[in-house]
Amino acid sequence: MKVIYFDNNATTRVADEVYEAMQPYFTDFYGNPSSMHTFGGQVGIKVREGRERVAALLGCEPGEIIFTSCGTESDSAAIHGALAAAPQKRKVITTRVEHPAVLAVCRDLESHGYTVVELGVDKLGRLNLDELEHELNNDTALVTIMYANNETGVIFPIEQIAEMVTSRGVTFHTDAVQVVGKAPLNLAKSRINLLSLSGHKLHAPKGVGVLYVKKGTRIAPFLLGGHQEGGRRAGTENVPGIIGLGKACESAAQHMEDENTRVRRLRDRLESTILKTCPDSRVNGDRRSRLPNTTNISFEYVEGEAILLLLDRHGICASSGSACTSGSLEPSHVLRAMGVPFTAAHGSIRFSLSRYNTEEEVDFTIQKMPGIIHRLRELSPFVQTAKR
Amino acid sequence: MWEYTDKVRDHFFNPRNVGEIEDADGVGEVGSLACGDALRLTFKLDTDGRIVDAKFKTFGCASAIATSSVLTELIRGKTLEEAMKVTNKDIADYLGGLPEQKMHCSVMGREALEAAIENYRGGGSKKHEIQGNVVCTCFGVTDVEIERVIRENNLTTVEQVTNYCKAGGGCGGCKGEIEKIIERIQGEKVQEQALPPPRKDRRLTNIQKIQLIQQTINEQIRPALRAHGGNIELIDVAGDKVVIAFRGMCAQCKISDFTMKDVVEAKLREFVSESLYVEEDKESMEQGHEHGGKP
Repeated sequence: MKVIYFDNNATTRVADEVYEAMQPYFTDFYGNPSSMHTFGGQVGIKVREGRERVAALLGCEPGEIIFTSCGTESDSAAIHGALAAAPQKRKVITTRVEHPAVLAVCRDLESHGYTVVELGVDKLGRLNLDELEHELNNDTALVTIMYANNETGVIFPIEQIAEMVTSRGVTFHTDAVQVVGKAPLNLAKSRINLLSLSGHKLHAPKGVGVLYVKKGTRIAPFLLGGHQEGGRRAGTENVPGIIGLGKACESAAQHMEDENTRVRRLRDRLESTILKTCPDSRVNGDRRSRLPNTTNISFEYVEGEAILLLLDRHGICASSGSACTSGSLEPSHVLRAMGVPFTAAHGSIRFSLSRYNTEEEVDFTIQKMPGIIHRLRELSPFVQTAKR
Repeated sequence: MWEYTDKVRDHFFNPRNVGEIEDADGVGEVGSLACGDALRLTFKLDTDGRIVDAKFKTFGCASAIATSSVLTELIRGKTLEEAMKVTNKDIADYLGGLPEQKMHCSVMGREALEAAIENYRGGGSKKHEIQGNVVCTCFGVTDVEIERVIRENNLTTVEQVTNYCKAGGGCGGCKGEIEKIIERIQGEKVQEQALPPPRKDRRLTNIQKIQLIQQTINEQIRPALRAHGGNIELIDVAGDKVVIAFRGMCAQCKISDFTMKDVVEAKLREFVSESLYVEEDKESMEQGHEHGGKP
């Protein structure tokens, strides 16, 4: 059965050109980039090239790139590193809709004497910047706010936020794992101090990430024991991963246009057709400020896991914010923060596309969706009650 | 992805006996949209008092639908006395097992069956009657229901109880109470012991004392407050005076003065030093903020 992959916010296919670029660095050029000999040294040159390619996509200096193992590590390092560099300050500001990689770290800080403020969002998933401004004070060490939400795709006005935060002398970090490669960045002109990205969200392999640290931003080292990454993140480099990520960044720049035109149209068609053909469905999140590849749709009176399994039978991969799929008994914290009613939160499905998706795949999914929803509603004790 | 048995997949993809019997003899309803799963069971008796037909409608995940389907199969042809003996374990066993976290689906099936039989016998409410005192306010689970899943499935941990009836799966505020019920029924300490309390040492340096106060707040006090949308912050320690501030829901709570301050003081005296006393920092409270509350 052919797989139709609409779960690209979870992870992406490694691009062919990325895979090819990495291959020689497993068995042929396996030297340590720190070695004195030519065999290792030639690998060091490729690592440098990878760093330059990532910097080119972000619009920053290669020296501002720290390679890590994943987005989660970048987030942790940014938060802990920034706080360690400002030991006299005890306040951290974040949002209620962050990825757990940020939210769990912030909540843990409360146990270490920090005051953590979680800003709420409105029903479209938007922040109130006045609230942020009100919370900023001289005790604030760090503000960490995601660039775009992984569940709904809603994009926050990060440049504006960065300006507001840094003009008060506060360090600003953003988790941008869902944005890099989908929207252009120019960090040289931005006020963002720290930015996290993850390779496997942009067609590089799993196991490589980046923490961007703007020149002049104080951050404590987070892995000691070597000179790598400017001594801030020691450890022998993930050479194939870094080379792969460099190639993926180069590709992303070439495909950015496609993501924002063709992929966006595919997403829009998938979304609007489903809304038309499936009654009692709605989009979660601000449609005017959203990633081009993401849609989060709620189907009332049916449960997300059941929808996913029926989609799975047709080879269609998506994800859900329902309780049963979140591994807990409550639905997604993002949808709850937005005040999405339980009836809709349990039946939410996220489709996240990539440049590898086609018109045919969208057609096929559009064709299957009404039947799946109808079938589950036939089973649902609430449908009849609701109609009465 | 959940690992479902072929039987579960079969009953999810091809559910048996879907629908509603129009002139049913018994109707049972459990669950709600808010909880994420709900089931309406209807049955019809023949002249001998045997269940001749049973149908279901279910909102929920694959295992909720599969357990409902199996339930209707299991009770067909049974007298009400026989049907009453069907346990959640029978339902799960018939399916070749369910993932641990999904066992509550089988319990929901058994509850719907009981509600339907009560409805037939008493002619009263179709809704599953709530018996006992509510322990878990997030999912509305009572002590009677918790006791029953513990006994019928020989449960020994809070996590298992959550898997079987959802109690403790929301804010987590009732976990201590669930633990006590397990202890009472199993007659022994639960496997998962709470962290040993911080060691009390009379001869503390200033830094050690502050650390111990912070540790006590982190481990003994904050979890309970957090569960109710509140929080606590240590502002200052000056000699025996401990200055704290309540945040979130607790900050606005009118009775916080009488209750929370005393609770905090008692905990700090128990775990740190008898001579400590607590004062609330009202000034910082006014700048307090609301966060972490449940919608």
